[in-house]
Amino acid sequence: MYRFLVSLLLIGLSLNAKASSLTIEITQGAEGALPIAVVPFAWRGGGATPPHEVGEIVAADLGRSGRFKPLPTDEMLTQPSRGDEVDFRDWRALNVDNLVIGDVKPNGPGGYLVQFYLYDVFRGEQLTGYSIPTTARDLRATAHHIADIIYEALTGQPGAFATRIAYVTSIRGATGQPEQVALRIADADGYGPQTIVSSKEPIMSPAWSPDGRRIAYVSFENARPSIWVQEVFTGKRERLTSYQGINGAPAWSPDGRYLAMTLSKDGNPDIFVMDVTRRSLRPLTRHRAIDTEPAWSPDGRSLVFTSDRGGGPQIYKVPVNGGKASRVTFEGGYNARASYSPDGRLMGMVTRVDGAYRIATLDPRSRDLRVLSTGRLDESPSFAPNGSMLIYATRVGGKGVLAAVSTDGRVQQRLRLQEGDVREPVWSPYLQNQRSR
Amino acid sequence: MKLKSAGWLLIALASVVFVGCASTGDDSGAAIEDRSGADTTGASAGSAWSGSELEDPNSPLYTKIIYFDFDQSTIRSDFIEVLRAHAAYLISNRSATLMIEGHADERGSREYNIGLGERRANAIRSFLEAEGVPGTQITTISYGEERPAAFGNDEPSWSENRRGVLVYGG
Repeated sequence: MYRFLVSLLLIGLSLNAKASSLTIEITQGAEGALPIAVVPFAWRGGGATPPHEVGEIVAADLGRSGRFKPLPTDEMLTQPSRGDEVDFRDWRALNVDNLVIGDVKPNGPGGYLVQFYLYDVFRGEQLTGYSIPTTARDLRATAHHIADIIYEALTGQPGAFATRIAYVTSIRGATGQPEQVALRIADADGYGPQTIVSSKEPIMSPAWSPDGRRIAYVSFENARPSIWVQEVFTGKRERLTSYQGINGAPAWSPDGRYLAMTLSKDGNPDIFVMDVTRRSLRPLTRHRAIDTEPAWSPDGRSLVFTSDRGGGPQIYKVPVNGGKASRVTFEGGYNARASYSPDGRLMGMVTRVDGAYRIATLDPRSRDLRVLSTGRLDESPSFAPNGSMLIYATRVGGKGVLAAVSTDGRVQQRLRLQEGDVREPVWSPYLQNQRSR
Repeated sequence: MKLKSAGWLLIALASVVFVGCASTGDDSGAAIEDRSGADTTGASAGSAWSGSELEDPNSPLYTKIIYFDFDQSTIRSDFIEVLRAHAAYLISNRSATLMIEGHADERGSREYNIGLGERRANAIRSFLEAEGVPGTQITTISYGEERPAAFGNDEPSWSENRRGVLVYGG
């Protein structure tokens, strides 16, 4: 296996970086998390040390997943950074299953070379090891890639640490002053949030393009809702629709060529599909009920959407070329905002349980509905690109915060922003050029 | 198929049904909400209306917020008189225009709530049109749950947020 780890993650985000940061706390960890030791990476250069400590970022990523329990560095008997310095007996004594060591070397002007090794402590074997050129600017991204490699080597599933989240923040103005709404993007660990658009009018429904380079969203600027598409790296944006009535719920097709959306230009909300290049529009549903919140199946052959054609809101499925919609959810009086897991096996959605709105997954084949969250006003679930977790919006103490839950329900996290309300989180796809094999 | 609730929402959508459901008699809907961008008073020079009637606390026209019951878009009986007054006003002031904002409480998903807000705005529009107001005088916009009037996470706030807001232009 050979990977290029060329990162475009932080390139060209020529945008306001003065946003307050998100902090992530694990509110419920998984039992049976794997004990692992990530030794601080040694710096083998003279002069200033690198701006970030790679080992610390890797350990934090692995710990946050809930699947691993990193050993605190002050409990380590030794801190090796080369293979020949490792004595596995030290680590067996500490009951860690796996060990990660590494170092960082200067590599040309402004560059670094990061090397790391992953060991099976009990077998005393190296499992994998990489040497990755990077820069000061991309050092955090490189650390997240290392965490992805370790996660995949030990769990068999790809990691989703080198990804980002987009979300909407709102700071309520003083009496008589308008609210400040912003669409922001941060690394998946909450680091480095940047505002990509802000407004005094509502901003809603951000949606990443499948290549992670564009975001579609709804903005009410100029006192009417429009769907916009903005390039993440340049900030360049274009208004796609501004029809009479609702212009909402944009959803990219898996190939990035089409956007499904909700328009009520013909009198009530229906789902339409727009060819993004040609700007041609075709109706997908036509019903007197509210049809909204379209989401594509991963194979692009069908979409699910929310409709109250049967009374309360429920999830329906329709072929991509139109035709008869079939009902998907049958349990509970309120099911909305569905989206597919990346492998297509599950749908995440909002469901109402005893008057509380919670995040659930549905297995459409078995019809098994699993409620994963515990709040009363939980909404906007979005799958991580590896399907391991769902990020969603909830309320704590009257404040909008983000939370995440593993799809098996065992790990719960909360993401806190210092100021204002946070809502509508959407997890990015794997970002282009970061994960080629 | 377990269709638990009947198609009352559809019924509500198809026609404006005046349900004589009493209950929630407590309506404190007399306040004018001064929103940024909502021009509630500006009478342009030479227009047929002065704005004074709309600002008279003793006039039914003073009420510009129409509240709705949970998950409902039917016009409540306690707002019929108010809306008839607005209809009469619009008919006799043909240069006046009305923007109807539809809003929802925060429960459930945001885009579905945009749909609910639009349904409420349309219910008000349909009522006014049925009273004889030309459709050209009316526009609608739904803000869903994005612009709450009250910020609590409980029924007192939610009932204030399930509303249509009448915003006059000249």
